[in-house]
Amino acid sequence: MSLILEAKGLSKRYGGLTANRDVSFDVGQGEIVGIIGPNGAGKSTLFDLITGFQSLDAGRVLLDGRDITGLRPDRIAALGVARTFQKLKPFPNLTVTENVIVGALARTADMKSARDAALEALALVDLLDKRNSFARELSTGQRKRLELARGLAMRPRLILMDEVTGGVDQRTILGLVDLVLDLKHRGLTIVTIEHNMQVMMRLADRILALYAGRRIAFGKPEDVRKDPAVVDAYLGTAADAA
Amino acid sequence: MASDQARMLEAARAERLWPRPSRWAMALVLAGAGLLLAFPLLFQTSFSHHMMILILMYALMAQSWNVVAGFSGQISLGHAIFFGIGAYSSTVLFAKYGITPWVGLLVGMLISTFAAIAIGVPTLRLEGHYFAIATLLIGSSVQIVFQRWDWVGAASGLYVPINRTSPWFYLQFHASKVPYYYLALAAAGAAYLLVWKLRRSRFGFRLQALRDEPDAASSLGIAIARHKVMAFMLSGAMMSVAGTLYGQYVLVLDPERLFSAEISIIVLLMTVLGGSGTLWGPALGAAILVPLSEFSRIWFGGTGRTIDLIIYGILILLVCMWRPSGILSVVEERVRRRVGASP
Amino acid sequence: MGLIYALVAVGLSLIFGLMEVVNFAHGEFLMLAMFAAFWLWALAALDPLLSLPLVAAMLGVAGVLVHYGIIRRLLKAPMLAQVCGTFGLAIALRAGAQFLWTPDFRTIANPLIAGRVQIGPIFIGEPQLVAGAVCLLAFVLLWLFVTRTETGLGLQATAQDRQAAEVMGIATERMAALAWAIGLGCVGVAGTMLSTFFYIFPDVGVSFALLAFVAVALGGFGSILGSLVAGLLIGLVESLGGLLLDPSYKTLIVFGLYLGVVIARPNGLFGRV
Repeated sequence: MSLILEAKGLSKRYGGLTANRDVSFDVGQGEIVGIIGPNGAGKSTLFDLITGFQSLDAGRVLLDGRDITGLRPDRIAALGVARTFQKLKPFPNLTVTENVIVGALARTADMKSARDAALEALALVDLLDKRNSFARELSTGQRKRLELARGLAMRPRLILMDEVTGGVDQRTILGLVDLVLDLKHRGLTIVTIEHNMQVMMRLADRILALYAGRRIAFGKPEDVRKDPAVVDAYLGTAADAA
Repeated sequence: MASDQARMLEAARAERLWPRPSRWAMALVLAGAGLLLAFPLLFQTSFSHHMMILILMYALMAQSWNVVAGFSGQISLGHAIFFGIGAYSSTVLFAKYGITPWVGLLVGMLISTFAAIAIGVPTLRLEGHYFAIATLLIGSSVQIVFQRWDWVGAASGLYVPINRTSPWFYLQFHASKVPYYYLALAAAGAAYLLVWKLRRSRFGFRLQALRDEPDAASSLGIAIARHKVMAFMLSGAMMSVAGTLYGQYVLVLDPERLFSAEISIIVLLMTVLGGSGTLWGPALGAAILVPLSEFSRIWFGGTGRTIDLIIYGILILLVCMWRPSGILSVVEERVRRRVGASP
Repeated sequence: MGLIYALVAVGLSLIFGLMEVVNFAHGEFLMLAMFAAFWLWALAALDPLLSLPLVAAMLGVAGVLVHYGIIRRLLKAPMLAQVCGTFGLAIALRAGAQFLWTPDFRTIANPLIAGRVQIGPIFIGEPQLVAGAVCLLAFVLLWLFVTRTETGLGLQATAQDRQAAEVMGIATERMAALAWAIGLGCVGVAGTMLSTFFYIFPDVGVSFALLAFVAVALGGFGSILGSLVAGLLIGLVESLGGLLLDPSYKTLIVFGLYLGVVIARPNGLFGRV
């Protein structure tokens, strides 16, 4: 299995606070890698470091073997990496379709194809009925799907999802899980940050566990779940998943 | 994918990319265009021509500000720079070297574009307020420079040499204002057409994206700095055209007026009032404010200028407090919503 | 002069630090303060030194009014509206002053403090000296207030994280109004002192405002110490620049300074991250 993403020794500090310390992991083509950890463990920062939104203090990021450390976010996006944000950022003054078109425009310069690609992405996330509403009118769950659609319209090879199931109801969660699995079957490689252990267990091929900015485990879900360091750190969560 | 989604997808794909404007909108546009073209025939007074010429020029200038502020979200408070550059470029070339103002027009645009790059590259990376302050400072500095620069006439300004032969070559019309009117109409028309196309283009969408959520835009492959600078360049060029035309119209250049904060302010107000980020907002703003300003000058005489400003200031404040997106934004939203109704 | 810049800057810094609103009308309030001092002198024969507390109080009240009347609305609006809104206020005030009081320059003659003093090889006017001292005093008082009193700490808390402050029971709305009151109060002090030796006319606020913006950007939004240092620095640079080059190029120099700092250290010398 070829490696799409390799992160080696990623570190980031803010003054006295260490956000990430020497985190390494890799992601194979077509895999779903999940990242778990309590709040403040440095998960979102990791995404920022990988996608160029924050600069690394140490470490390297390789995409398909190519060093992308230090590249600007838009350059990294152009290389086929999409991401969603935990704090949702829809374009409020554009309609849902237009929002996704912006994503599609990363791949094509023709407006018609961009529109069609956008519609396909919207269909995938089951948001077509809202396509002419303004993005600011959507509910949280809908906005999450919008953000996903926007990233998907880029036709990325790798997508980083940040808390996609956070704050949505159970039914939507099930729908999202099915969607993510569907995406995997279509050949997309996915890295996802999740708090919901049930979702994580269903989706992930491998799991990266973070605690206080460091990696405490990385491997198959069953192994990670039983790992003593993980059990130590997430006493409650391990009980949930059991 | 659920089958109902598939069905919807097919239906949606079959839709036109850009919704067809409603019948009355088309009628309105055609009527408006007709009216504008026939204006000088319908209204013969020199004053009405003068007013319309000003409205058209300001509509052009306001639209240029709209490009950089309304669409890209960069608030420039010193936009008069480009106006002055346009006016001075063509006039200096003509007065000193006898080059026709048509060429001067293009040169002005070129210089403005370079100025936009020179100013934009270091400043556009700054956050909104910082950028605004920087533009204020630049606007002020450029005005001072031109007031001291002897080669362009320093504080006394420049006169466009009068040449009554071959008016179209020298871009001066003394018999009547009508040619100026059509020139202004052509320039403004071209600009609005350009912005209309811009809004539906890849560049236009990406600009609006970076205006609203730069992080998200960046994650979708949009090179933020580059796009901002390009918008700034376009805006500067447009403003410069207005400057050249204005110079040829009034035939006297005065750095006090041309680079004045007043122009930067008016341009801002027109767009904000009419609706920033919309196509016709700037034009509406111009159409409201130019007559207001001209008439207040007539009624209040010498103090007209000051009363102007008081009203402008209060107007801007009120608009920003109550309806920051301007008059037309409400209309536009409703149109977009209705036109794109679900099946 | 640097101290005056610093004081004006501090007012601005406070307001921005708390409210994330840059008050583009700041200079105009300075102008108002100066005119207030002038009229109090002209009509009531009150020397600026004496009318100082009165003017400062007036501005302070104005600050509260501005906050409640105008700023609260603006906060809900996008940045474009905030910038343009205070900008519009500035224009209206400037033009209003011009309309009411004509563009003429005025001065306060026969102030209490006059004459010059010689320090080493430099002549400094006594009014300037006194002004500088008063401003310094104001700074110290402000510093003490913000760092030692409970209200002051509340201000700081609100500045750093509004939501957290609310959760802790701090009346953030009132803090914001307070910030405006103090901010404009500072301007009131600065204005009154300026009026003892500077020309008073409607556009006087413009250049000071610009310099204040630069000072705040330099020193970092939200940092009182930063504003002080930056203000002094700018005063220094300006005087030196004035000596070396044509005085009218001062703006350009200051601008250069602004650009340099803002690009190199986007948060200013002492600013918060």
